[in-house]
Amino acid sequence: MFPILDTKWLASDVKWFRIAAPLVAKHRQPGQFVILRLGETGERIPLTMAAADAQTGTIELIVKAIGKTTRLLCGKEKGDAITDVMGPLGKPTEMHKVGHAVLVGGGVGTAVIYPLAKALKDIGCHVTSITGGRTKELVVLEEELKKVSDRVLATTDDGSYGFKGTVADMLTKLMGDQERPIGAIYCAGPVPMMRAICELTRPHKIPTIVSLNPIMVDGTGMCGGCRVTIGGKTQFACVDGPEFDGHLVDYAELADRLTAYRPQEKIALERMEHECKLAGVKA
Amino acid sequence: MPLTNKERMAISRQSMPEREANVRNRDFNEVNIGFDGGLAQTESERCLQCKDGKCVEGCPVGIDIPAFLDKIAAGDMRGAATILLSANSLPGITGRVCPQEEQCEQVCVRAKGKNGKPVAVGHLERYIADWARENLDMKTLLAPATGIRVAVVGSGPAGLTCAGELAKKGHDVTIFEALHMPGGVLTYGIPEFRLPNKVIDAEVDRLRQMGVKIICNVVVGRTFTIDELLHEEGFSAIFIANGAGLPMFMNIPGENLKGVYSANEYLTRSNLMRAYDFPEVDTPIVRGNRVVVVGGGNVAMDSVRTAKRLGAQEAILVYRRSREEMPARVEEVHHAEEEEIIFKLLTNPVRILGAPDKWVRGIECVRMELGEPDDSGRRRPVVVKGSEFVIDCDLVIMAIGTRANPLLTQATPDLKLNKWGYIEIDETGATSKPGVFAGGDIVRGAATVILAMGDGKRAGAAIDTYVRTKHGLPALP
Ligand SMILES: Cc1cc2nc3c(=O)[nH]c(=O)nc-3n(C[C@H](O)[C@H](O)[C@H](O)COP(=O)(O)OP(=O)(O)OC[C@H]3O[C@@H](n4cnc5c(N)ncnc54)[C@H](O)[C@@H]3O)c2cc1C
Ligand SMILES: Cc1cc2nc3c(=O)[nH]c(=O)nc-3n(C[C@H](O)[C@H](O)[C@H](O)COP(=O)(O)OP(=O)(O)OC[C@H]3O[C@@H](n4cnc5c(N)ncnc54)[C@H](O)[C@@H]3O)c2cc1C
Ligand code: SF4
Ligand code: SF4
Ligand code: FES
Repeated sequence: MFPILDTKWLASDVKWFRIAAPLVAKHRQPGQFVILRLGETGERIPLTMAAADAQTGTIELIVKAIGKTTRLLCGKEKGDAITDVMGPLGKPTEMHKVGHAVLVGGGVGTAVIYPLAKALKDIGCHVTSITGGRTKELVVLEEELKKVSDRVLATTDDGSYGFKGTVADMLTKLMGDQERPIGAIYCAGPVPMMRAICELTRPHKIPTIVSLNPIMVDGTGMCGGCRVTIGGKTQFACVDGPEFDGHLVDYAELADRLTAYRPQEKIALERMEHECKLAGVKA
Repeated sequence: MPLTNKERMAISRQSMPEREANVRNRDFNEVNIGFDGGLAQTESERCLQCKDGKCVEGCPVGIDIPAFLDKIAAGDMRGAATILLSANSLPGITGRVCPQEEQCEQVCVRAKGKNGKPVAVGHLERYIADWARENLDMKTLLAPATGIRVAVVGSGPAGLTCAGELAKKGHDVTIFEALHMPGGVLTYGIPEFRLPNKVIDAEVDRLRQMGVKIICNVVVGRTFTIDELLHEEGFSAIFIANGAGLPMFMNIPGENLKGVYSANEYLTRSNLMRAYDFPEVDTPIVRGNRVVVVGGGNVAMDSVRTAKRLGAQEAILVYRRSREEMPARVEEVHHAEEEEIIFKLLTNPVRILGAPDKWVRGIECVRMELGEPDDSGRRRPVVVKGSEFVIDCDLVIMAIGTRANPLLTQATPDLKLNKWGYIEIDETGATSKPGVFAGGDIVRGAATVILAMGDGKRAGAAIDTYVRTKHGLPALP
């Protein structure tokens, strides 16, 4: 069991956790994730570590409640415990002093870029973070990002907050800035967003690293469920990634594969909501 | 009065009671019911008690087969269990999954001749193991504690066996397992209908009682490196038994469509995550109506029989050679046929076809014919030109083998590997790295449970010698 030491809501559906996982904390590097499981009937889901502290033996997660498991997790409080936490998994981010690093996060992806911002800043990059959402409530982690970036730009599709437009629109603006040419872009978020960013940067040959989020089971290269096509070759995201050269990714395939369990996800969620209603609690 | 050989010869092989084929192919309960005391006694009386027991040589761990069968015949189950357990620490598992027909039973003298039928060593082994689990308080005698710590990586049959050997010798053993449950392939791969979890749990519990610590959720190579275990965490030696679990695909078009699984993923979802019970459990699995499984080994057989149990109208096995070349255990092939699995032999996929929504809709295959024997001595299948045809299906499972998983070995660059990425060892199980031993599938490539156990046992002995020498302790008598 892995005790939850602290939690905080960052948005109505995004929660931050500090968890005791000393063995994982000791070796965690930016870009790596854990796989966790809730209870004996739970599924295994991957989550990026937003931070870790080897001294205190703790890791931090930022979780967006979207389906059954992430909602159950977000229902947990300080004092609760997580059945299994396995990691650190995946290759650490390859970090270079790229001068100006632009980090683009959409939705949960912002949780993934947050630790990168910190790490890139630590090695001396100038860090611009862009965090976007459809509307004001969906812009997450702006305050947290401010602490680890030189500049944070928030965008909303409807203009209800910050810059009106998508993160891609914001990036187009940044790319036009002759004063501060972009050395590299790190991007995580919904597949269409990552694809759009890569289409933008491709003609300019700006190195663009994306963090992919296929469905995973074991996280050790054993099942092949997380396979993605990179430059025409099949790779296992849990061991060969999760970060890849964004210009080589087959996004259409990734987007398709993410829909494989739609009907089951719906059933799981409906059952959970029903059970919660019976128990008189809010899901 | 012991029976005469003539009397023994007159007894015919007792068959294993099984659950009805078209009842069992809808659930995950065990297919074989097991011998009862009477059947076990009768079957053991068929053994001719050969002086030079060829069967013993046929068993990779050298169980004294005639001796334990003699005890069963005499009704001394405790005696039989003692003999069995002294050579094989996991008889409930090997009795169920050993390819007996290629090992102990193949060389049994009673297998000779046209109508020869070997003594059912495997079934009897299973019987005694199950009897012992129910009736014996199997306290293993442990040597005095040495305080020496040894780490085992992986909790499959090789790791479990090695841990047991070392614990018996008084060492302080910790198993590190990547997944959330111990057992390796026994847990995540081989289905419940062939090897129930309770059999594995009993083994694991027995090890825990012997003082072995099992720490799950630790991926060696990521959570710890081998060097850290040796130099910072205080382990005097390490046994690596992380298996060979990297699934192979055919590299044909369409393999990344939705509805294409590796056998590892399919079986892991069903067995380890119990997805057959969705939505009672949270892990989903795609249930096909017409399922094609590609391959001819145990893994393919387990996958296709699982598909049937998950509700497939038609569960089809596609294999490029003929039935004789199938590497699966004879019993599995036989059970699969009884369960209405469709065999498409001498057939090889060339591409997987998708519908516009990117779900599998079929698999295009070619027919094969057998040509000259290849390196393995099996006749090489060659494509029959122009024989393409399509099998309509909504789920495809690739069970064409595994390769060495490089996760641990890449993190341990000074470990010598062969050209396929498997760890090189000497005849004691020692690797090129001092204090580090290895065995099981990560050394042999996908092999068998009993060979993995044999490796664990041999390495256990070598590690005992190594750590005693290192710490200046005398060898055990
Ligand atoms: C390497 C990696 C790192 C991740 N890091 C984080 C993180 O830091 N914080 C966070 O909140 N989430 C992260 N995710 C996504 C997270 O794993 C999924 O949100 C989670 O598995 C969904 O489980 P569920 O049962 O709640 O929802 P489900 O019911 O399983 O899914 C609900 C919806 O989410 C989509 N979905 C399913 N699996 C994934 C997935 N793996 N990624 C994205 N969408 C998915 C489905 O298509 C579906 O529409 C990460 C994913 C990966 C692969
Ligand atoms: C579906 C299937 C059916 C089979 N049927 C039969 C059969 O009927 N008869 C037979 O004799 N053989 C059968 N086999 C083969 C047999 O199961 C294997 O040969 C045997 O399990 C190998 O044992 P092992 O201990 O080497 O490795 P495994 O059983 O593969 O166990 C390795 C363990 O190590 C863990 N691990 C991996 N990497 C790490 C790491 N970095 N850190 C920590 N832990 C790690 C894994 O999670 C796993 O639990 C079958 C195999 C499969 C897949
Ligand atoms: S362990 Fe396997 S080979 Fe040895 S006697 Fe038992 S069934 Fe036969
Ligand atoms: S070879 Fe067969 S008959 Fe002879 S001892 Fe072994 S099991 Fe008995
Ligand atoms: S999650 Fe199983 S191989 Fe990546």
